[in-house]
Amino acid sequence: MGIVFTIVSKYIIVFLMALYTFSCYNVFLHKTENERKRIYFRQNLYMILIYSLSFCSLYIVKREIKYLLFYLCSLICIIFVIIFTKTIYKRSNRLIVNNMCMLLSIGFIIISRISFDKALRQFVIAMLALSISTCIPFIIAKGPFFSMLKWTYVITGFITLFLVFIFSVATNGAKISITLFNVTFQPSEFVKIIFVFGIASCFAKAKNFKDIVITTVIAIAHVIVLVISKDLGGAIILTVVYICVMYVATCKFLYLLCGTLALGAGSVIGYKLFAHVRIRVNAFLRPFDTINDAGYQIAQSLFAIGTGGFFGMGVGMGMPQSIPVVAADFIYSAISEEFGSLFGICLILICLSCFIMFMNIAIKFNNMFYKYVAVGLAVLYGFQVFLTIGGVTKFIPLTGVTLPLVSYGGTSVLVTIVMFSIIQGLYIGREH
Amino acid sequence: MIKVFKYLKDKLNTIKDLSGNKEIIRLTYLFSAIFFALICYVLIVVYRDSASIINNSYNKREELYAKKTVRGSILSSNKEVLAYTDTSDSNENRVYPYGRLFAHVVGYNIKGKAGLESSANFTLLQSNAFILERINNELNSVKNIGDNIITTLDINTQLAAYEALSNKTGAVVVMDAETGRILAMVSKPDFDPNNISDIWDSVVNEKGNTTLLNKTTQGLYPPGSTFKILTALEYMKENDDYTDYSFDCPGYFEYKGTKINCYHGIKHGQVDLKVSFSKSCNASFANITTKLNENKFKNTCEELLFNESIPSPSIIDSRSSFIAKKSYVPINSKSTPDELIQTGIGQGKTEVSPYHMCLISAAIANEGVLMNPILVESIENYTGDIVSSARIRPYKRLLSKEDSDKVKELMRGVITDGTGTKLKDAYGYTAYGKTGSAEFSSNKTESHAWFTGFAEGNNGKKIAISVIIENGGSGGQVAIPVARAVFDSYFNR
Repeated sequence: MGIVFTIVSKYIIVFLMALYTFSCYNVFLHKTENERKRIYFRQNLYMILIYSLSFCSLYIVKREIKYLLFYLCSLICIIFVIIFTKTIYKRSNRLIVNNMCMLLSIGFIIISRISFDKALRQFVIAMLALSISTCIPFIIAKGPFFSMLKWTYVITGFITLFLVFIFSVATNGAKISITLFNVTFQPSEFVKIIFVFGIASCFAKAKNFKDIVITTVIAIAHVIVLVISKDLGGAIILTVVYICVMYVATCKFLYLLCGTLALGAGSVIGYKLFAHVRIRVNAFLRPFDTINDAGYQIAQSLFAIGTGGFFGMGVGMGMPQSIPVVAADFIYSAISEEFGSLFGICLILICLSCFIMFMNIAIKFNNMFYKYVAVGLAVLYGFQVFLTIGGVTKFIPLTGVTLPLVSYGGTSVLVTIVMFSIIQGLYIGREH
Repeated sequence: MIKVFKYLKDKLNTIKDLSGNKEIIRLTYLFSAIFFALICYVLIVVYRDSASIINNSYNKREELYAKKTVRGSILSSNKEVLAYTDTSDSNENRVYPYGRLFAHVVGYNIKGKAGLESSANFTLLQSNAFILERINNELNSVKNIGDNIITTLDINTQLAAYEALSNKTGAVVVMDAETGRILAMVSKPDFDPNNISDIWDSVVNEKGNTTLLNKTTQGLYPPGSTFKILTALEYMKENDDYTDYSFDCPGYFEYKGTKINCYHGIKHGQVDLKVSFSKSCNASFANITTKLNENKFKNTCEELLFNESIPSPSIIDSRSSFIAKKSYVPINSKSTPDELIQTGIGQGKTEVSPYHMCLISAAIANEGVLMNPILVESIENYTGDIVSSARIRPYKRLLSKEDSDKVKELMRGVITDGTGTKLKDAYGYTAYGKTGSAEFSSNKTESHAWFTGFAEGNNGKKIAISVIIENGGSGGQVAIPVARAVFDSYFNR
């Protein structure tokens, strides 16, 4: 009987997910606030249903009461976050809140399926981050001084990266983690946001070509430190963010083109210079020939995606544990295996709708600093999603970045929630 | 979705200032395009490639499948069952009705996996039964019945090769030259896959025991005189006047301190290329080798897949197929004259698998074109509906038609008046080939008996074969009778 429930619910979950995804785009087309409210409400219902069905399936497989308790606690918290934000910030963008909660809840399901302890940790950190972040929209909305701190951002960002490089311990070859008082975190995740603020304030004040050159030098300095720390994903993300913000700030297509070419040239140089880059590219080109070493991760990820097919194995019915670092970098493969690729594609589309919403918010600003911050954060988010999902599906070489809000990882969740809150703050404070 | 972009486009049209909003919208388009490319890619991977991706021995999901599916059967080309799962009692037992006959090629499924049981593992665990039946089974928690694989193996040919080898250590591989179908694969000593667990410990613990090794694809041997096919080919390629070649064989050949003896020191006297080849005159071939351009020789060897990856017998939808070991020939610019001469007569460090030798013969039989070797003809669901079938297609041209004709003529000479006369009076087919007696130890009296060649039947079929008998002595005396038994069985049944 339990199996029947799992099988039936797996199809229902895909269906609900498709409905949710559709509504993410449908909301752009409805002009009146009342129509939108109805859509948002339905989104919440879909989300709660998906969450409940998934945890019931998981309980059937695991037969441990702690999963149900976790489900109840987390569901209450998520509902509370949605209602709380709606009440406190009447002008808030509910699509952003809904998507944030949706992505978090998908993360909770799949992480608790992989490891209950990790899910618990993820939940605690997410809740802490959410409570801290409640004040961020307020601060952002009230604080025009954020655009004044140009050199503060630049220097803080750069020095942090540099200190990390010196004091960090290498995990998986990359020197990006720092352990203080038994808590391991990755400061470079924070630096990404500071970096966006830094270049946004630089460009907002830029008057001539010289200012653009200075900003470029600052950006390159950041990227070089990341490359030396072997955080290739971070280096590429910052470069792309910089190119996009520069394009928006200068309105020159030539700059976008040059930037992209420079990124291409940089990648080629990186390939020639660093053995670990060559290994990654080789694993990307021939994952099954190098399955014993470099290609192992990507091959296991493809097995998971292939096994799951379009509709997945059902929650708790797959073998995502066979993929290395599945809870962090390879969470998308685990989702694909158990929920199916159609669900995974909906997930991609939800992330894209977040990105479109961020860009949409950016358009609304007349204040250039805020505009650039919004663009920077949007690209930061969108490109990271692309890097991680493209990497684990072997669309592009693997760079080892996390899927924001879904992947396990305290720093990643914290930083993404802060990022969403900043954009929320920008949105709330618009037209002021 | 399209409406959303229209909405964005409308915005684009209303904006005329230099605020950067146009650029923002363009970036949004760009990113959306990248995401859509990603989505299309994911759809294609899942729809088209997933079957071949998951069919890999590194995929640990086997037990998941085994829980839901009864392993399918392995059948011969005429659909005799070579392996099936017996579910009559509550246990699932894998049964091999032909026992030892197909031991290496079909393989085994307990104590690890080997042969087709390993290579087609996930195919056997997949069920393409009628969809409603599968849903019904899933809801009732009944196992689905896995798909069957129809191999290209021919029971009579396999049996002929198996019996001809009798209790000798060695291997035989037979292939249809025009289609690439592998008809037989025999390796000895053999084992009974039905009681593999009983013999496992004794076999695995005994050092140097090769019972479990499929020698056809995984055994590497010095090619001995069979390598003269390549040396002769290269000489004919480099010298258009090869028919004028002449050499007076005193039973040995000396060059820069290297002395090469003919087999058992026989003096062949005045020989041309044809006689050198048919009588397998080492001295003459050592002489020929000294006249070759080593770079061109190396290229020719590589065209015939030495030092290259060998196309493994393919199994539909499988990435982990039979491993065919790479063959090795040590020719390079640093080769000493001694190494070159040793290589030219098939001694020295050159190594080749019987399977590779068979591919070369098959290519010569098929006017120079090697067909893609196939071991699985089709996959069917348990009711017999075809799920997918192998495609007959050329793998690569190994040598030109003219060259293959020339080599063919030489190989015919071996049968008519050379070392292979035991095939001379065969009826129903015309045989071609080359024998070999590969010395494998410093003690020059021990040698592996080789034969590689093919037969053109009066019915138009062409089958290629290679035979090796370890420490068997002379190829002409020991290996040819095995080939003859196989040819006779195939063409005169």
